[in-house]
Amino acid sequence: MSAPYAKLPAWADYGLIPLINLAVAFLVAGLVVMLVGENPFRAAAILVEGALGRGQNIAYTLYYATSFIFTGLAVAVAFHCSLFNIGGEGQAYVGGLGVAVVCLAFDSILPWWVVFPLAILGAALFGAAWAFIPAYFQARRGSHIVITTIMFNFIAASLMVYLLVNVLKPAGAQAPQTRNFLEGGQLPKLNWVLEAMGFSIRSAPFNLSFLLALLAAFLVWVLIWRTRLGYEIRMRGFSPKAARYAGVSETKIIIITMLISGALAGMMALNPVMGDQNRLQIDFVTGAGFVGIAVALMGRSHPAGIVPAAILFGMLYQGGAELAFEMPNISRDMIVIIQGLVILFAGALEHMFRPSIQALFASLSPRSAGVEAQQGEGG
Amino acid sequence: MAETAIELKGISKSFGAVHANRNIDLKIEAGTIHGIIGENGAGKSTLMSILYGFYQADRGRIDVSGKKAAINTPSDAIALGIGMVHQHFMLVQNFSVLENVILGAEGEALLNTSIARARSELERLERDYGLEVDPDAIIEDLPVGLQQRVEILKALYRGADILILDEPTGVLTPAEADHLFRILEQLKEEGKTIILITHKLREIMAITDNVSVMRQGTMVATRKTAETSVEELAELMVGRRVLLQVEKGEASPGEVLLSVRNLTVKDSRGVTMVDNVSLDVRAGEIVGIAGVAGNGQSQLLDAITGVRKAISGTVTLDGEPVDLTGAADPADLRARGMAHVPEDRHHVGLVLPFEENENAMLGYHRQAKYLNGPFLNIEAIRADAREKIEKYDIRPPDCRLKTANFSGGNQQKIVLAREMEQDPKVLIVGQPTRGVDVGAIEFIHKRLIDMRDQGKAVLLVSVELDEIRSLSDRILVMFAGRVVGERGPEASEGELGLLMAGVEEKEAAE
Repeated sequence: MSAPYAKLPAWADYGLIPLINLAVAFLVAGLVVMLVGENPFRAAAILVEGALGRGQNIAYTLYYATSFIFTGLAVAVAFHCSLFNIGGEGQAYVGGLGVAVVCLAFDSILPWWVVFPLAILGAALFGAAWAFIPAYFQARRGSHIVITTIMFNFIAASLMVYLLVNVLKPAGAQAPQTRNFLEGGQLPKLNWVLEAMGFSIRSAPFNLSFLLALLAAFLVWVLIWRTRLGYEIRMRGFSPKAARYAGVSETKIIIITMLISGALAGMMALNPVMGDQNRLQIDFVTGAGFVGIAVALMGRSHPAGIVPAAILFGMLYQGGAELAFEMPNISRDMIVIIQGLVILFAGALEHMFRPSIQALFASLSPRSAGVEAQQGEGG
Repeated sequence: MAETAIELKGISKSFGAVHANRNIDLKIEAGTIHGIIGENGAGKSTLMSILYGFYQADRGRIDVSGKKAAINTPSDAIALGIGMVHQHFMLVQNFSVLENVILGAEGEALLNTSIARARSELERLERDYGLEVDPDAIIEDLPVGLQQRVEILKALYRGADILILDEPTGVLTPAEADHLFRILEQLKEEGKTIILITHKLREIMAITDNVSVMRQGTMVATRKTAETSVEELAELMVGRRVLLQVEKGEASPGEVLLSVRNLTVKDSRGVTMVDNVSLDVRAGEIVGIAGVAGNGQSQLLDAITGVRKAISGTVTLDGEPVDLTGAADPADLRARGMAHVPEDRHHVGLVLPFEENENAMLGYHRQAKYLNGPFLNIEAIRADAREKIEKYDIRPPDCRLKTANFSGGNQQKIVLAREMEQDPKVLIVGQPTRGVDVGAIEFIHKRLIDMRDQGKAVLLVSVELDEIRSLSDRILVMFAGRVVGERGPEASEGELGLLMAGVEEKEAAE
């Protein structure tokens, strides 16, 4: 017998189930907080207050969210082709090199609004290039993309340390980082938007790349659901055999998908490098590539889910920093634990609550379970 | 009146809002062969799964030998003497027959005593029922018919008095099926009760004593086989009169549109699956390829349609050669007028999570009418899908519905509509009615004949010998990767059956 589960309405599928998974993740996280001897309710209050309490905090939350939107989209695009790109971390890191090269070259001669598109191009190209090699090995040699992309994260880290220390560091400087970009290499902040809404902000790194992230989310939606390429990507993702039958070259589609994925991951670098620190630093990605996996899982690989999921993780990051400050027993690692729990419940155990929810829906209202259509068949 | 082996009373089972079984009553007499027929999704397998303890019924009771039985797991069923032979065998491929038979009934930690016991028990079963199998043979070396015999032995070894067989002949040659039926007769004479689930009406007529018909989760009728007819059973299954035999006129073959010469194909392990096959298909004729599943038909289709690489040989499509060396591009072949209804619609012909309209253009999605530059022309795609739904009576008529939610017959119609509406020159069809209900079979057969009459060259592969015989103008039989004979549609089933079993041409011809 085929899967004996009733179908759920879309709002339950895309809204209710992720929320339940999230709630359970937080519940377990609350237990961990209790275990280290703190009050989980107070911790939750500090976390929310720290993420959204003041304009300053909101700006930081959105700054983090910007990075997560890019990396979440990167993972999602690959997911649609049934590729698990966990190399977002490395691709973003190398993408930062692309941003830095453009900024260092042009920041003294061009205004930011000319440098920006060039930097986008640089970030995308470098990120894509870093994804190309694992993609090629997967497409041509069958080397598993999970293995190769994670190895490339380490290679990227070593490469960047080498470049920063030996090539990009200004002579005489102590820190492994580039010189500061001049005005042409600095993105305008968006804090004024929040200020216009009545919040007060001292200084926060919330910048123009947030809008670019939203645009990218929209373009990813167009790509996946409204273009021939996206159709072929989804076809390969759901059924490689059907794609072969339909004459879609697996090699080509894997490589193209990974290039897009890598480009999106690379563009994440614009946010911290050009939007905030205005220089290329060591380890500037700080795990955003991995958060992208959780974001994509939680957002069900749909841009409309990824943006809110990214904002949620932005809240966790920002609120978590405040939490670590207020509650000395809780370190930033707590946030990593919550992240891990979200990945566990939203990703690995995605279907854990599904059967009982489906049973609940079916018993509440048989019509809403949407199965009558299947039975509409008949002589 | 013989005593009752199993009685089901008011069995109901729902999956969510789907009523797979509604209030089923069924009485099976001991020592008889009882057939259960019904279309796909009629609830036969669910009912048997309840009887065998895979599922629990929501309501109703099961009596075994007159006593109320609680069957919660397959081991409960086995303890009550119920055995099941699954459609897809549950055998460990690299174990010996003996090891498979004792699997799950080993007894103690050390195997030697149970092996010895099993060996003598197997010898007894062989003697009593004519179930000969070498107990030391490795399963993967055995032909399918013998593997099935091992499944039966497994059930008998566990003391089964009631044997459930789920679509047992799907993988057998006619001769193997006959042999199976003789074994079943033998078992019946020894007092065993047999429940035979099938969708083949002929088998029901040939071997059962009683037959029950299921439709849409309900038991619509139980008849004594001797007192019913194929026509009546078909009508009961579908709920309306069906034409079992397709009507077709004489073929008027024209020029050769598809020509295959000396085609050889190997599988990924390097085993030759298609061995030097040559064939021609002309405009306006249906060429059927008969054969037991796994004799190279699938690989032949894959190679011709460019899904799989060929080792050597040539394929000519409408006079133009097809490049087989790098696996011809299926997209290119489509553009040149070759349409392909693949054998496996679930994994190849359709993308089940797609909406219906996305599948209605699968493979043809490069055509300008579906696109605006690089973008999909959603309006045109859906309009096109709706048109096909209308023309092929695909139900439910909703082009936004997920393809997985259509029934097997309607899924197949989606594929057929897509391929036939391209107005191809050559149509390659694999297993067009596998898992398709009787009502849709009639429709599909009619469309295939229509295609022929419009002057298309149709190459048909099917393991259903009846289908091959009623549709084809010429029949080629494949065995072990080779075409071992060609016959006209008037060839008898026995003759084709011998060829399918690999009996040499000369012997088969007599």
